[in-house]
Amino acid sequence: MWNYTDKVKEHFFNPKNAGALDEANAVGEVGSITCGDALKLMMKVNPDTQVIEEAKFQTFGCGSAIASSSALTEMIIGKTVDEALVVTNRDIAEYLGGLPPEKMHCSVMGAEALRAAIANYKGEAWVDDHEEGELVCKCFGIDAAMIERAVTVNSLTTLEEVTHYTKAGGSCQTCHEKIEEVLEAVLAKTGALDKPKAHPPGTVGLDAIKPLAPKAEAPAAPAKLTNVQRMQKIMVAIEELRPQIQRDGGDVELVDIDGKDIYVRLTGACSGCSQSAGTMMGVQAKLVEALGEFVRVKPASLLPAGA
Amino acid sequence: MTEQGIYLDNNATTRVDPEVLAEMLPLFTEHFGNPSSMHGFGAAVGGKIEWARKQVQALLGAAHDSEIVFTSGGTESDNTAILSALEAYPKKRSIVTSVVEHPAVLALCDYLEKKRGYTVHRIGVDGQGNLDMGAYKAALGPDVAIVSIMWANNETGTIFPIEELATLAKAAGAVFHTDAVQAVGKIPMKLADSAVDMLSLSGHKLHAPKGIGALYVKRGLRFRPMLRGGHQERSRRAGTENAPGIVGLGAAAQLALLHMNDENTRVKALRDRLEKAILAAVPACFVTGNPANRLPNTCNIAFEYIEGEAILLLLNEAGIAASSGSACTSGSLEPSHVMRAMGVPYTAAHGATRFSLSRETTEAEIDHVIAVVPGIIAKLRSLSPYWSQGGATKEFAPVYS
Repeated sequence: MWNYTDKVKEHFFNPKNAGALDEANAVGEVGSITCGDALKLMMKVNPDTQVIEEAKFQTFGCGSAIASSSALTEMIIGKTVDEALVVTNRDIAEYLGGLPPEKMHCSVMGAEALRAAIANYKGEAWVDDHEEGELVCKCFGIDAAMIERAVTVNSLTTLEEVTHYTKAGGSCQTCHEKIEEVLEAVLAKTGALDKPKAHPPGTVGLDAIKPLAPKAEAPAAPAKLTNVQRMQKIMVAIEELRPQIQRDGGDVELVDIDGKDIYVRLTGACSGCSQSAGTMMGVQAKLVEALGEFVRVKPASLLPAGA
Repeated sequence: MTEQGIYLDNNATTRVDPEVLAEMLPLFTEHFGNPSSMHGFGAAVGGKIEWARKQVQALLGAAHDSEIVFTSGGTESDNTAILSALEAYPKKRSIVTSVVEHPAVLALCDYLEKKRGYTVHRIGVDGQGNLDMGAYKAALGPDVAIVSIMWANNETGTIFPIEELATLAKAAGAVFHTDAVQAVGKIPMKLADSAVDMLSLSGHKLHAPKGIGALYVKRGLRFRPMLRGGHQERSRRAGTENAPGIVGLGAAAQLALLHMNDENTRVKALRDRLEKAILAAVPACFVTGNPANRLPNTCNIAFEYIEGEAILLLLNEAGIAASSGSACTSGSLEPSHVMRAMGVPYTAAHGATRFSLSRETTEAEIDHVIAVVPGIIAKLRSLSPYWSQGGATKEFAPVYS
């Protein structure tokens, strides 16, 4: 059973704005061929004010797909078309109090339907260019399609490189076999691009795949940490993550620790990046592992005033 | 109806029968000895284990109790059987299986194909889930080390002609294994007169606890253990025996034999009644698998134009536990490989819902499910873009990514 938040359940059991909207002048119909879900978003936009006065949806999909659709309509009603365009899938997921990593693509479908509907209203053609595959890294929410793309575009050959480029496999490290499988599949297809002379025929690049070297430090002692030890552990864990994030042109910085709440700031390419929710989840997974206790990682913007 | 609701997911797992639990409890604190030990603590346990072995032997109709090897469950039994045959016949490099097997077989075969260089023949099925016998016969040959085909499908309950398949495999010189975790206890068996070489069963599918199962290995079959270590299970499965689990499985096997007739009469009638009532009350739905040849407890109905997880969540709110082949319930993005193999369209495969009964299911429970299901389906269809005014709509054509 999925761990759905109360907000997801509320929007699934009693969806808002469900059904057809006959007088709609902006309609977006999108689907995900991989998971089979589909969504029709209908909006009534006032041509004078550009305000979305009504929005309704029909969804063929699971609980989180229906909840994401319902949340989306609630978020955009009353906004102008341009204001609505700013809504991302991350916003939908946040509105719902979070979605399980396997279900993030449901919120993506909502965001795409919104863009398709707005394009339809403006009379523009809309092309869906995002792809998705099976979820590989649960900690950072990285799917097979993203790893394939990173491997192909950057000519990656090792697990370690995949982790550096995508963050996949960088936290709990249990998905390394799956990453290697994706890597092997891509290398088998495009192996020629990787200096074939160095390898015997048929094994192009495969011998370059090595598991990550085990971490030198021993696992955390279960003894209760002092506040200073705990803070140091958090700082060390974040330092360890920085090189991966910096490779993407971003950075992460520890801002404050308030009990179970740890505030960080994502900077550089990370700020405003559509993957930053995944990055935050990955930072959280890393800290939970380092500390051996549950903590919540929050953006510094949520720091209580005066703190 | 229990306090937790109506449980119609018995193909996933069953409740431990209280009689089974009662047999098991003394094994934890009283008869806790290691059966390998020389003292009295151990001897008492050894006797219980041999009693359990005889119960499983009786349920399977096996010729000898030494043909039963206790394992940790269906997955271990399946892995042991396939790997044993490959090791016992190292020159043979092919495996025959079906496209609708449980992942315990399919994922292992995928791995053996990818990493160990074996050739895997996966036999297809028709729209009702019946095996393509022509393709099966064509795949058999001198290079086949093992055939592994399930007795009954976990999703649809469709039964394969195991005796015929086993006889054909033997004629081609291959070892024949069947994953019978869904069939044991529901289909009468007499392995003593059968061509089946190995058979997997799982305790928790027949009211024994999780973590216990068995592999039947016909006397005289070349066998190589997967786990090596101590001499337990006549060196075919090393590791200190899961004594409480084994005794639980023995007690459950005894009860299963006792209730076999009930499963095939009363439970079957309840299943048929549920199915007929739903098909009559709900438009645009159909039974998947082969209704004329399936397990007596299983009913799998595909509700078109809606999605399985949403159905399960609403059923759960109504206190009903069922299961779905929908992609969204598994975390993978693909709908059930069984539905796809049968050629069930996406919009129906996603709504495939499995109701699996047990001997504990009552008439009142079935009546309640019959009363609740049509409303749930109608509610979800009112949200579906493929459905309008009581029927399917052709207008909806989304842009797929």
